[in-house]
Amino acid sequence: MTGEKLKAIVEVADAKVCFGAVKALDGVTLAILPGECLGLVGHNGAGKSTIVSVINGGLTPHQGNISGDGEVLTRYGINSARARGVRCVFQELSLCPNLTVVENTRMMHRHLGGFGWRKRAKEVIERSLDAVFPGHGIASDRSVGELSITERQMVEIATAFSHAGVAPRLVILDEPTSSLDASLAEQMLTYVRRFIAAGGSVIFISHILNEILTTASRIVVMKDGRIVADRPAGDWTERGLVEAMGSVVKGEAHRRAVRDLAAAPVVVEQGGSGMPFRARRGELVGFAGLAGHGQTRMLMKLHAAQSSDWLPRRDPAVTFVAGDRHLNGVFELWSILKNLSIGSLGDLATRGMINAAAEAERGAEWKRRIDIRTQDLANRILSLSGGNQQKVLFARALSTRAPVVLMDDPMRGVDVGTKQEVYEIVRQQALGGRTFVWYSTEMEEVCLCDRVYVFREGAIVAELAGDAVSEENILAASFRGAAA
Amino acid sequence: MRMLDRVARKPWIWSWVAAFVVWFATIMVTGGASTLDLSQAALTFAAFSIIVGIGQMFVITLGPGNVDLSVPSTMTLAGTVALKLMDVDNAMILAGLGVAVLIGIGVGILNYALIKALRIPPIIATLSMSFIVQSAAIWTNRGLRIKPPNFLADFTIANTLGIPNVAIIALVISVIAWFLLERTIYGRWISAIGQSMPAAKMAGIPVDGTRFVTYVFCAVLASLAGYLLACFSGGAALNMGTEYLLMSIAVVVLGGTAVAGGDSNVPGIWGASLFMFLVVSMLNTYGLGAGIRLIMTGLIIISVIMLAGGRQPGVR
Repeated sequence: MTGEKLKAIVEVADAKVCFGAVKALDGVTLAILPGECLGLVGHNGAGKSTIVSVINGGLTPHQGNISGDGEVLTRYGINSARARGVRCVFQELSLCPNLTVVENTRMMHRHLGGFGWRKRAKEVIERSLDAVFPGHGIASDRSVGELSITERQMVEIATAFSHAGVAPRLVILDEPTSSLDASLAEQMLTYVRRFIAAGGSVIFISHILNEILTTASRIVVMKDGRIVADRPAGDWTERGLVEAMGSVVKGEAHRRAVRDLAAAPVVVEQGGSGMPFRARRGELVGFAGLAGHGQTRMLMKLHAAQSSDWLPRRDPAVTFVAGDRHLNGVFELWSILKNLSIGSLGDLATRGMINAAAEAERGAEWKRRIDIRTQDLANRILSLSGGNQQKVLFARALSTRAPVVLMDDPMRGVDVGTKQEVYEIVRQQALGGRTFVWYSTEMEEVCLCDRVYVFREGAIVAELAGDAVSEENILAASFRGAAA
Repeated sequence: MRMLDRVARKPWIWSWVAAFVVWFATIMVTGGASTLDLSQAALTFAAFSIIVGIGQMFVITLGPGNVDLSVPSTMTLAGTVALKLMDVDNAMILAGLGVAVLIGIGVGILNYALIKALRIPPIIATLSMSFIVQSAAIWTNRGLRIKPPNFLADFTIANTLGIPNVAIIALVISVIAWFLLERTIYGRWISAIGQSMPAAKMAGIPVDGTRFVTYVFCAVLASLAGYLLACFSGGAALNMGTEYLLMSIAVVVLGGTAVAGGDSNVPGIWGASLFMFLVVSMLNTYGLGAGIRLIMTGLIIISVIMLAGGRQPGVR
């Protein structure tokens, strides 16, 4: 730091956080000074949310320390963060839908308790709503569940800026404008500027680069759990940001040859609010874009359209590889073998009766083919490591006869070696005429695809094919306002 | 020793141990005088709980929230309508059986229609269904007690090679149920749905079709049990199903089937059903009053479940 020493509201020094083998934060040092708006950008998994959790006290780093106002804080948690005036607005709305706006305000401010809290809470939230969104028209006695998603987001933002006992000093806004329209977003940004001018601080995360460039005073770019650039906002351009977020040089060694599939028949089609989706026989189609922008929903839609809830199909049309194993992947009470064979029982049975020998044979074949590391396929599925469980799910899908395989970011938490093995199998099967629709949050995987659809806000906004499939193009399409 | 260890891990073992202990405690008091009678009575009465319990077990296997509360009224309706149709005529036995099965199928279809079309939780849907079915039974029966055909009445109380006929029927149904669960695609499907409905859907299982068939199967077994029970007890009574509401659930739970779904087992139903009958007859033999008897029954059931609850689930 140069010049006169302003004491940082919160300062994180050399923070490291690991989730299993994944390094979410790899030695991040970040100080937030009073009166600055810090823009934070980065692609999926860059560590933005993790650093935010560390700052708001939700997550204790495995290494490194946190200090506030010049002193090291040893016991830093959500409550002590709030007591220092650190507030957070999350992407996933965190209000209780069954309570009214006033009651939710009371939940956020512990000092509002006691006799007549309703009146006090009403005053607090209405004052803040009026300040941030003049003319908002939200009655504070309505329950949050009745409000539209935009109104909920407005209440959430107003709650974070509201003042009751402890004044807000640092407000973290994690994609706050994603459900606001342009004029509301402008109101909020104006308020943020006023808040800064009055000496408050803001950490601002957004995928709309324009907002960041016009509002932030300093912009920090994160990648792979590290801060890769930290400069005043005036030194940045949209292009510069996109370039800094991407990897500078990536090995293009195992990139596939461009294949011409225009003549192959279309096997899946689906309309939607954005561009239509289409996949041809033997094609590797990628879904890209920021996480949670409708890719998984699209896969579910494709699956539902091609399968029946009432009658079993003799020839399955699609099969699915889950990314969220615990939600829609493994059957936890079952053995590895049963988990593997459930997708293709129709082929292993005669008149509804399962042929145990055929099942065991199929299991042994796939155990060898994708190297599931276990002594015995009769062991429980949960005895396997996450990566090996994922292999079982791959085997379940690939061993069916379905011509289309849908993959919902299936490589989460899978080690590098396994990834390479699976890539190889996918490539071979695609050559054999299978179609893969592959949603991935990892650039490297998306770049393996023949064609990529980029999603933003629930719709397909761009289609890239052949040589146009590149990290830079995908990033540009994922961030609104950066397409130029 | 390893053999013993392996057996101790089976979820059904506890209900069998409990049934045996109670059986032994009872014949010790009577000095072994009525061992054969007691065993035959236990098998006979347990047979009805087994038939109903197996249907309930299939439904409970479908996962949390799945239970069929229309079982008792289905039993009553099937019993009354079948007896009325047969009208003491031996020639009509098969027709009566057919009607009972049809009633079961009808109730099952309506149950699942309520669950699916109106999106009511199964517990509410089947409970409201049971009121409708019970009213239908009252309407057809009008308080009359019709006798079963002679052949059926004799058949249900007779023994073959010392084993009660109804127990043999229950055994046949149990073997079929075991086969369905362990050896067929359908069995895999209901277990998968019980473990995780989203995962089952994404694995390509026809979830609605499977659940529908299961509710129908449960209702058919209940009406079959009602048919047999009405013949066994010399006529259908409007309250004949009542005790099977809790009984059918109790034998499933005591038998070691996972209440959370996905894991079922047939042998446990036998142990639990025998146990439920034997506990009552043991306490009767001891000459205890009705109040004490109920309290003791409750305490004994709780202790068996606690014992069985400490087990490690085995590999499936």
